[in-house]
Amino acid sequence: MSEPMNDLDRPQGYAAIRERVTASLARRKRQEQRFRLVGIGAVLASLSLVALLFVTILQKGLPAFWQATFVMDVTFSPDLVQISPKPVAEPAETPAAFQQRYLAWQTELGFVDFNQVILESLAKVLPETADYPRDALRLVTSGERFGLRDMVMADPSVVGKTVRLNLLADANVDVWLKGNIDRSLPDAQQQLSARTRAWADQLYASGVIQNKFSTALFMNVDSRSSLASAGLAGAFVGSLMMMLLVILLAVPIGVASAIYLEEFAPKNRWTDLIEVNINNLAAVPSIVFGLLGAAVFVLWFKLPLSAPIVGGLVLTLMTLPTVIIATRSTLKAIPPSIREAALGVGASKVQAITDHVLPLALPGILTATILGVAQALGETAPLLLIGMSAFVASVPSTPFDQSTALPVQIFLWQGNELRNFFEGRTSAAIIVLLALMLTLNSLAIWLRRRLETRW
Amino acid sequence: MNALSVAVILLVLVALAYQLGLARSRGVAALAVDERLHSRPGYHGLLAILRAALPAAVVFVLWRLFGEQVIASMVMDSLPAEHVPADAFQRSALLQRLSNLASGFGLLTEAQPYEQAAAAYLAELNRIGQAGVAAAMATVAAVGLFWTWRGTTVHTRARNKVERAIQAALIACSAVAIFTTLGIVLSMLGEAVRFFQFVNPAEFFFGTVWNPRFATVGTEGQGGFGMLPLMAGTLMIAGIAMLIAVPLGLMTAIYLSEYASYRVRNWVKPAIEVLAGVPTIVYGFFALVVVGPFLSGLGALLGLNIRATSALTAGVVMGIMIIPFISSLSDDIITQVPKTMRDGSLALGGTRSETIVKVVLPAALPGIVGATLLAVSRAIGETMIVVLAAGNAPALTANPFEAVSTVTVSIVNQLTGDQDFASPQSLVAFALGLTLFAMTLVLNVIALVIVRKYREQYE
Repeated sequence: MSEPMNDLDRPQGYAAIRERVTASLARRKRQEQRFRLVGIGAVLASLSLVALLFVTILQKGLPAFWQATFVMDVTFSPDLVQISPKPVAEPAETPAAFQQRYLAWQTELGFVDFNQVILESLAKVLPETADYPRDALRLVTSGERFGLRDMVMADPSVVGKTVRLNLLADANVDVWLKGNIDRSLPDAQQQLSARTRAWADQLYASGVIQNKFSTALFMNVDSRSSLASAGLAGAFVGSLMMMLLVILLAVPIGVASAIYLEEFAPKNRWTDLIEVNINNLAAVPSIVFGLLGAAVFVLWFKLPLSAPIVGGLVLTLMTLPTVIIATRSTLKAIPPSIREAALGVGASKVQAITDHVLPLALPGILTATILGVAQALGETAPLLLIGMSAFVASVPSTPFDQSTALPVQIFLWQGNELRNFFEGRTSAAIIVLLALMLTLNSLAIWLRRRLETRW
Repeated sequence: MNALSVAVILLVLVALAYQLGLARSRGVAALAVDERLHSRPGYHGLLAILRAALPAAVVFVLWRLFGEQVIASMVMDSLPAEHVPADAFQRSALLQRLSNLASGFGLLTEAQPYEQAAAAYLAELNRIGQAGVAAAMATVAAVGLFWTWRGTTVHTRARNKVERAIQAALIACSAVAIFTTLGIVLSMLGEAVRFFQFVNPAEFFFGTVWNPRFATVGTEGQGGFGMLPLMAGTLMIAGIAMLIAVPLGLMTAIYLSEYASYRVRNWVKPAIEVLAGVPTIVYGFFALVVVGPFLSGLGALLGLNIRATSALTAGVVMGIMIIPFISSLSDDIITQVPKTMRDGSLALGGTRSETIVKVVLPAALPGIVGATLLAVSRAIGETMIVVLAAGNAPALTANPFEAVSTVTVSIVNQLTGDQDFASPQSLVAFALGLTLFAMTLVLNVIALVIVRKYREQYE
């Protein structure tokens, strides 16, 4: 260490050092270049990973918004659809009696063989299908017969008429026509019989089956028997309910505790503990909140399993630290001069906060809220623990009904056995979820840019 | 009396109380000789709301929470003993019948005489209950309004009272965070203690076999409950994730904060942070359909046997997830290093990279270590990626190309499905959760302390 110091004392030492430095310059410049390149490489790698993620999802998901669809005339012939007139409530009967009559009528309707209706319509566009009804029925997804039944239930006058309808093709037909299965596989490994496959190609060529934008993904509930018509409606409503609960609970509680901690709380051990506690809660794994929900809300409070109310409460507790921390930093950024000015003209502490600090903090609070909600919207693990991995084929009407959520629906779909079809459908669901989250995030960024005050 | 109409009534009451407080305080102020109101009329209005509408709302909420149960148990008590069903399900079915009968909706089967009587009793109780609650609400509201009317003087310190109420509400809200932590610790501790009645803690923490069988009668406590294989899998995946995320994230942060122009930084930073907003289930799917097959194909090319769902797949994808976390935290920390330190090094002739490696990074090291610890805690607690991509094979292996299982995966596996909550097979999830909580707590606290110390150093 001391040697170079001694060198400096002697005139020839300068020359030696100069020589050493000059000799090392090229190497050091190369090093600098290399370091820079590594940096650029890291940035490019990170960016290309972002791109890869989004491109894959879009590539797999976008085609799934369009589905193979039959566009054909369906005749509700009175020979096939034989039902008595729809019951009307009579003034003399009790509601229970009317309900029973109505249920009986629905049961009668349930016995109508709508498959025959579909087969007759198919026979009109492709007469050979009449000879092999089993193969023909595999063309149309099985949920459509219930669609036809619901049409009759809503309006019995349709019986006897011919209507031009869009019927979704079976998931396997969709897979076959889109080429998502190897077409050269032998019959034993194909999902559809050779006859059905040939018919599908024939109908596609003649324009009866078209690749049409399908609203099933948005309008229908999940289904296990009719895969082509499985949709996100139930999950969407479930998620919406939970997000509303999060907004209604996490925002007031979070903002109130941030105000208390930032403006009122004395600086002591106790406040320190709360602060460490909140910072820690923000970093606790989300699955732990799921365990809390299962133990407290489900086991102790006996709230129903898979209900949005439980999910909303769990997500609220999870989002709370985010909202508190973000609100506190917003409050911190507001200069003390604002408060002092208010206090100086005689306002109380509460007045200074409600009338002066909070209005200025509003944009920050809004941003924090949106980011918290976006985070809660994508959370899956805690919801699985409170029973949301159950299959639910209905739209919840109250927060106490069984329901699922968008990310949980993605989890359930990715595990479906019909991978060829559900890879696309899962990606489509992911696109819907990501679109929602990106909208929320850009809203937050836009609000911040627009309303931000610089001090 | 449904919730909507009560809400309307309460809103009317709120408005009424506010107006009364306002009018009364103005009235006394007008009568007072050379004295002014202590508080402005608005605060008198708010105080009136707190005195009249709040108690009424509390009465109603209590009724909604407990009224139905009280009436149900009274009706059940009134039934002849031989007609009271033993199990809860039949009891609720009977109650449903009775309430259909009482509300006039009617029954499809013939109602028994004892049911008729009970339904009549139920209808009467409902009537009495509703009338009683309405009367109670009216009484407390009237008392509150009367109190406002009589009690308001120019000296009434309405503002102080209202502000004290507001502060109490604020304190109650900040207690929620404390109660959440308490709830987590107590509930998990309680369930974990129940688990340890079945399984020896030493066996749980140091056992090398994880094989909890299905909970069937007579098999309680059987099967392997050793968490070491899960811990090994968790740490292996977190380690792989760190190997990917720390170099990439740190270099990205260094480049963006030290080299990139303002414009590049402005575009690239948010683009990478998009990764942080992507839900983890999406990463799991990405691992399953893209990364897993890619790695397995790569392995086949190199002559390695890499499974599509393996510790490697899960680790790589988790690393991708953590990149923005490391890069944005490190970015903050690197920009906090004072400029004078850089200038000093540059003035002595150091190149930029030498300055970064020898001056900036050592100065920022505590902060970066803290950020890395936070990232590790995140990797340990991550669930959906490993559920989908780690292969769920709880074996004690050091080979990253094999399928493994983790603590979080096992929590999900043990608590989803038709498990009996009282069996060790479900209770073990809480013991695992408690272990996970303790681990992340230690990591978080260390990281937070380091980061905080570091901040103070340069502020």
